[in-house]
Amino acid sequence: MGCVGGSNCSMSWCPRSCRSPLGHAVRFLFQFVTGTLAPDSVEDEFELSTVCHRPEGLEQLQEQTKFTRKELQVLYRGFKNECPSGIVNEENFKQIYSQFFPQGDSSTYATFLFNAFDTNHDGSVSFEDFVAGLSVILRGTIDDRLNWAFNLYDLNKDGFITKEEMLDIMKSIYDMMGKYTYPALREEAPREHVESFFQKMDRNKDGVVTIEEFIESCQKDENIMRSMQLFDNVI
Amino acid sequence: MAAGVATWLPFARAAAVGWLPLAQQPLPAAPQGCEARSDEVLVVNVSGRRFQTWKNTLDRYPDTLLGSSEKEFFFDPDSGEYFFDRDPDLFRHVLNFYRTGRLHCPRQECIQAFDEELAFYGIVPELIGDCCLEEYRDRKKENAERLAEDEEAELGGPGGAGADWALPPGSPFRQRLWRAFENPHTSTMALVFYYVTGFFIAVSVIANVVETIPCAAGGRAGWQEEPCGDRFPLAFFCMDTACVLIFTGEYLLRLFAAPSRGRFLRSVMSLIDAVAILPYYIGLFVPKNDDLSGAFVTLRVFRVFRIFKFSRHSQGLRILGYTLKSCASELGFLLFSLTMAIIIFATVMFYAEKGTSKTNFTSIPAAFWYTIVTMTTLGYGDMVPSTIAGKIFGSICSLSGVLVIALPVPVIVSNFSRIYHQNQRADKRRAQQKVRLARIRMAKSGTTTAFLQYKRNRGLEVGLCPGPALSTRSRSAFEQQHHHLLHCLEKTTSHEFTDESTFSEALGVISLGGRTSRSTSVSSQAVIGTSARASGLISSCCPRQSKQRRAIRLANSTASVSRGSMQELDTLAGHRSPGPQSRASLNAKTHDSLTLNCDSQDLVAAIISIPTPPANTPDESRPHSPASDSGEGPGRPSGGSSSSNRGALRNSSLGPSYLLHNTVKISSL
Repeated sequence: MGCVGGSNCSMSWCPRSCRSPLGHAVRFLFQFVTGTLAPDSVEDEFELSTVCHRPEGLEQLQEQTKFTRKELQVLYRGFKNECPSGIVNEENFKQIYSQFFPQGDSSTYATFLFNAFDTNHDGSVSFEDFVAGLSVILRGTIDDRLNWAFNLYDLNKDGFITKEEMLDIMKSIYDMMGKYTYPALREEAPREHVESFFQKMDRNKDGVVTIEEFIESCQKDENIMRSMQLFDNVI
Repeated sequence: MAAGVATWLPFARAAAVGWLPLAQQPLPAAPQGCEARSDEVLVVNVSGRRFQTWKNTLDRYPDTLLGSSEKEFFFDPDSGEYFFDRDPDLFRHVLNFYRTGRLHCPRQECIQAFDEELAFYGIVPELIGDCCLEEYRDRKKENAERLAEDEEAELGGPGGAGADWALPPGSPFRQRLWRAFENPHTSTMALVFYYVTGFFIAVSVIANVVETIPCAAGGRAGWQEEPCGDRFPLAFFCMDTACVLIFTGEYLLRLFAAPSRGRFLRSVMSLIDAVAILPYYIGLFVPKNDDLSGAFVTLRVFRVFRIFKFSRHSQGLRILGYTLKSCASELGFLLFSLTMAIIIFATVMFYAEKGTSKTNFTSIPAAFWYTIVTMTTLGYGDMVPSTIAGKIFGSICSLSGVLVIALPVPVIVSNFSRIYHQNQRADKRRAQQKVRLARIRMAKSGTTTAFLQYKRNRGLEVGLCPGPALSTRSRSAFEQQHHHLLHCLEKTTSHEFTDESTFSEALGVISLGGRTSRSTSVSSQAVIGTSARASGLISSCCPRQSKQRRAIRLANSTASVSRGSMQELDTLAGHRSPGPQSRASLNAKTHDSLTLNCDSQDLVAAIISIPTPPANTPDESRPHSPASDSGEGPGRPSGGSSSSNRGALRNSSLGPSYLLHNTVKISSL
């Protein structure tokens, strides 16, 4: 291939002086006459399809996460089967997640989830990200899990959950329910839910919830503590 | 992306940690007894060839033979492998389906054999992936047609395409007449008529042509020549009259025999017929004065349209007409680009030749003629440029003319064949698309229905002691976990999933009587048949609950029907959660001791064909479940009778659905 970046590969041999418009025109005429006018667009396509991501070794993952070797193997086999290229991008992620919620629209919440898993914010979730997230949720301490949940809610990752962020999250969760619910969903339901959430969590009533307030309030809530056991035997 | 939703389910459940802090109610407990991911390698021996695969791979599609406990029937404990006495070559494709989620059709195998293998392994042929689906369908159709032809040849029918079978003897004369017109080779009379009309069309056209040839006029005005039509006016008039009479008769007969006269009047062929005979009649009724005779002569031009009547006799003409019609946009584009080129060159030539005296290029429109003649390489030579600039531009014009004319022609020709084949394929795909969308919708509604069923069944666990293992065993681990996930979402948002009918019912005001009538009217024909029969038997012992059970059977038929379609196509996951009954349940739950007073086991006789599932789940049981749901937490609902009533209701939901699944199973064999 020989040329990296740049849209016009044929210009790579040309010195700076002939990049002027006149040079353009002469080169165009020359290519027109000799029939080499069409750009080599075929080469560009090869760049995309060979992207493949291999995770680090099994031992390293064992150290970084709290899964056993066998569990990692099973997880990876499933992951690799679904995504042979080794990474999940946002579209695939949304598609996968929507299969579990046929009645509603889960795309917004899937986006938030994707951003929560994509810890290095490069637009794709690799196996390491996937397993790291799962390890925190399924094998982490209660504080770890609450931390993860806070990270999910904090859309712009600035350490504070504002009412707008919470409202976005709430709306996306309610979207997943779809239209046919009992009792029927009202317009204000998400907002009311956000209000009650803030009432519970926001200790100093400053309109934002910090991580300490969040963890403190959650630890005081018995329901939440009890429901945490939910995640102990998912895998 | 391959199907394998089971892989992602743990991830989706883990992600539910995001709902935890928001839930205003406590989330439900995780389902117990979900065995750890036992990942072992199974050996499948198909006629001596050993295939090995993970157990999880096979578990992806619990509705097939290999994915359910049905394969235990084939287990050989001595060798520790599953032995199938089937074709090993075709098994490879079946196993690949489990691995990749896409079913491919082998090119060199017989379609019939492949179908049989799929039927044995419980895989629905509609799951064949897009890449092979078209070919599969083509070959299948070919096969079917060939078989049908062979059958027909055996029976000694007339053979050939089209509606050639003999009409029943009692059919009306009108229908026979129309059949005779459309398919002339069905009877000798029709054939005779066909050839006679063809002959007269030819005679009429030839007469029109000969009419204009100059015949030598005898004597009267020297060597003046006049057309034969003026020399023998009577003869030509008689011939014309005869032809028109026959055409008119044919037209009127066709009009009489047409099954839909409006459509016949609007069809192209009848318009051509009308245009062919009208000039004659107009000529009859127009008085012979000089003003109108000019217009009358023009009308004679339309007589040439009679030649188009030949298209009834020629298949090729019809195809040509159709393809011209479908290529209209390409032709239009060709015309447009030609017009552009003509205008450009005409302008250039005009200005190039402007200075010359006595030039032919008097105006740009006058130069159009030169440009057209030059570009189509005709070169009549009546207009030639004389200046040098004109000659240069003229040569460029003729060179580009070759390009402009010659290039689109192969494009149009290939367009013809492409469009023709494409039309055929597009129609096929459209029909398949409708079916596919319908199935996707059914699958989605099936999941919801399954979940609602799960919620109703949960009441069984609460209200009825000896049965907690029953309902859990009847659903696969995947289903349990999926339902638990949906349940968590419900608790988070403090709203519950319902279906469309309950939702609209909650919005409106509907009486009980309306509900029951709706539930019965909603069912498909077959289900009505079985439910009527079944309810007849049930009503003998349990009159109170027969209506409810009938309605519940509707729901289960939805679920069971969509079970068949659960095995999914490429867009949705293959591992859909089917209805509450799966193959595993069928084999595992053989004799569930349900505390049912009426033993409705002997209603299995009904066979249900599965065309369209009934749309809605019943609503009778709906009002019960919110009560039961809210009653779950703070203790049992008081009143033994009410709980037993509800419990019995839950019971009955399992009973007939179990037998319903039996019947579905029978029909799918």
